[in-house]
Amino acid sequence: MMRFIRSAFVIGRRDFAATVLSKAFIFFLLGPLFPLLFGAVFGSIGARVASQSERPVIAVVTSEQDYAAISAARDRLADAAGEAGTVQIARFAPEPDLAAQRSRLLQSRNPPIQAVLTGSIGAFHLTGDVGKQGETVGQLRLILQDAETPQPAQPRLSVDSTKVASSGSLAKDRALTAQIGQMLLFFLTILLSGMLLSQLIEEKSNKIIEVIAAAVPIDAMFVGKLFAMLAASVLGIIVWVSAGALLIQMVKQGGVSTLPSPAIGWPGFLALAVVYFAMNYLLLGAAFLTIGAQASTVREVQTMSMPVTFAQVLIFGFASTVIGNPDSVEGLAAAIFPLSSPMAMLARAAEEPVWWPHVLALLWQALWVALILRIGAHLFRKTVLKSGPRRKWWKLRRT
Amino acid sequence: MADGRPPRMHASEIAASSLALESDKLVKDFDGTRAVDGVSLAVPAGSIYGLLGPNGAGKTTILRMLIGIIDPSSGTRRLLGRERPLEAASEIGYMPEERGLYPAMHARDAIAFMGALRGMPLQEGRRRADAVLNEHNLGEWAKKPIRTLSKGMAQTVQLLGTIIHKPRLIILDEPFAGLDAINQARLEELIRREARAGVTIIFSTHVIAHAERLCERVAIIARGKVAFDGRVDEARARLRPIVRLRTRASDGPWRSAIPAGARREGDEWVFDLPESGPEPLLKALIDGGAGIETLAIERPGLHDAFVAIAGSAAAQEMGKERAR
Repeated sequence: MMRFIRSAFVIGRRDFAATVLSKAFIFFLLGPLFPLLFGAVFGSIGARVASQSERPVIAVVTSEQDYAAISAARDRLADAAGEAGTVQIARFAPEPDLAAQRSRLLQSRNPPIQAVLTGSIGAFHLTGDVGKQGETVGQLRLILQDAETPQPAQPRLSVDSTKVASSGSLAKDRALTAQIGQMLLFFLTILLSGMLLSQLIEEKSNKIIEVIAAAVPIDAMFVGKLFAMLAASVLGIIVWVSAGALLIQMVKQGGVSTLPSPAIGWPGFLALAVVYFAMNYLLLGAAFLTIGAQASTVREVQTMSMPVTFAQVLIFGFASTVIGNPDSVEGLAAAIFPLSSPMAMLARAAEEPVWWPHVLALLWQALWVALILRIGAHLFRKTVLKSGPRRKWWKLRRT
Repeated sequence: MADGRPPRMHASEIAASSLALESDKLVKDFDGTRAVDGVSLAVPAGSIYGLLGPNGAGKTTILRMLIGIIDPSSGTRRLLGRERPLEAASEIGYMPEERGLYPAMHARDAIAFMGALRGMPLQEGRRRADAVLNEHNLGEWAKKPIRTLSKGMAQTVQLLGTIIHKPRLIILDEPFAGLDAINQARLEELIRREARAGVTIIFSTHVIAHAERLCERVAIIARGKVAFDGRVDEARARLRPIVRLRTRASDGPWRSAIPAGARREGDEWVFDLPESGPEPLLKALIDGGAGIETLAIERPGLHDAFVAIAGSAAAQEMGKERAR
């Protein structure tokens, strides 16, 4: 056992040093910045486009007095429902030829007119590109109803503002935490498994694999490689989480303490996130290593790993069914199925405050990691470094 | 031995040395194709042992089985007294035919890494690497990436990494392939030096001259089988000495002393020395009035023995296949 651990350590140390001390690792650390940058750039472009394009307005052709009542009602609606979603209105003084004025207004580009409201309080008529039961019409009905009714005093409503979240908002916040946790786990694992795979291919093409296989057990080599990449990724996570926390602290009022707390608490959740990430990575990484062991070229690896990546996306989708309903049949199935278990259990940690299922799940996942590693090492020994023609993978079972 | 039994050794040899490596009826099948067929070998400790064979004979597969990289389909092997080769990993050095080093790794780190794989502490490996690199005039390349080294330098680094942990048994697969004449001579000297230190060395090659200069014992592999296993002089003794004769007389009674299979090469007669030996031949030639100008009896080289043994074994196998 000591020899196994020592051998795995030698491989792991080399791989870790080669990964962390390479220039590519800087790009790896900067990796999460790119989506954020893209988001920021495209977000600002979108906002600019949205602000630059003029929103259509409803032309109100009525007296000043009626318009004042309508405008006040419209502002009250905007206060309650938000300015962005409330119809825009503009007043135009009535002209003698109302039909011609309506027609001219509908063709106006500055401002762009969606519809024309004509008449006076109690007898308005709307003409334009609107559905009879659409949102614009609905809002105008409310506005006109409000404008026609004399304003009563504000109804009594005593409000107690508390810092404690209600069960509804808490569940929503925790579901969001679970979702973000799962997504991070999934994308990070996929990214790292790909890196692990390319490293194995590099060694196969370098032929150094034969030197290693002659000196250490293949299982130890697999374990060493997996843990090296795990250590490198944990280093990456520490950098990312620290940078993220620093950013939130700087940007958000109140800092990280204002983030919605997961059910199991932040320290427990973060600890479980690291452990589940490790398990998810080990499970997927072991599967990818097994694939890499069968392939001899990068092209073969790409061909073989693509269906596995798609399968992993499906598994991610399956694991996301846990969110909001961890004790449902699908939720329990996702927690039991080894490849979805880490993601499902992380979501559970965000939503349920109980610890014991995590202990069980971790033992279960560790068992599967060991099993997949054994199978992978066995297949590797069978297919790699042999002379003579390659047997097709579907015939491996019979060897 | 073609019959699959361990080769017989002289009693004195057995008494003088234990076996560094032995295998019994090793078989390896790949997808229904038998790559290695009942190979039994016995390599005395402290000897230089050559595994000879034409390309595709199965040498690499045999070495990979012996070293434990792949498992045999059947048969057993013992390395330094252990049935599981990886248990003796710290006492073995192995250099594969297809050389492999990490291109971005520094030369000294590559050597130390290979030592660490065999259980040597990394710091000690680096210290020794510096020393051996200096010894081989590669000191200035110690902290340069492997990718910047020439092919010959990289091969030297790989070889130094193979022996950095001071193994008792060194296995080299086609070690001379790709080396220029100077580096081949250096490698031969290194092998001799290790052997003088009591290390057992097994190497495969299809270039017989190296084996002839270095080896005490050789196994000739043909089509996955051991066609011959024994001392180099025993291999040579498989062939009869060759007689080269130049005479003044072109014809006469002396012609009856020349075997029927004799051939002309220029103005020389070339034929196998008759079983009766040189004296009756000489007498018959003199008495028959040949007028001997020159007569040379040449001992066949290992190359001739190899071609004859491997060739006839391959021919036999091909004959068997046709008969099937």
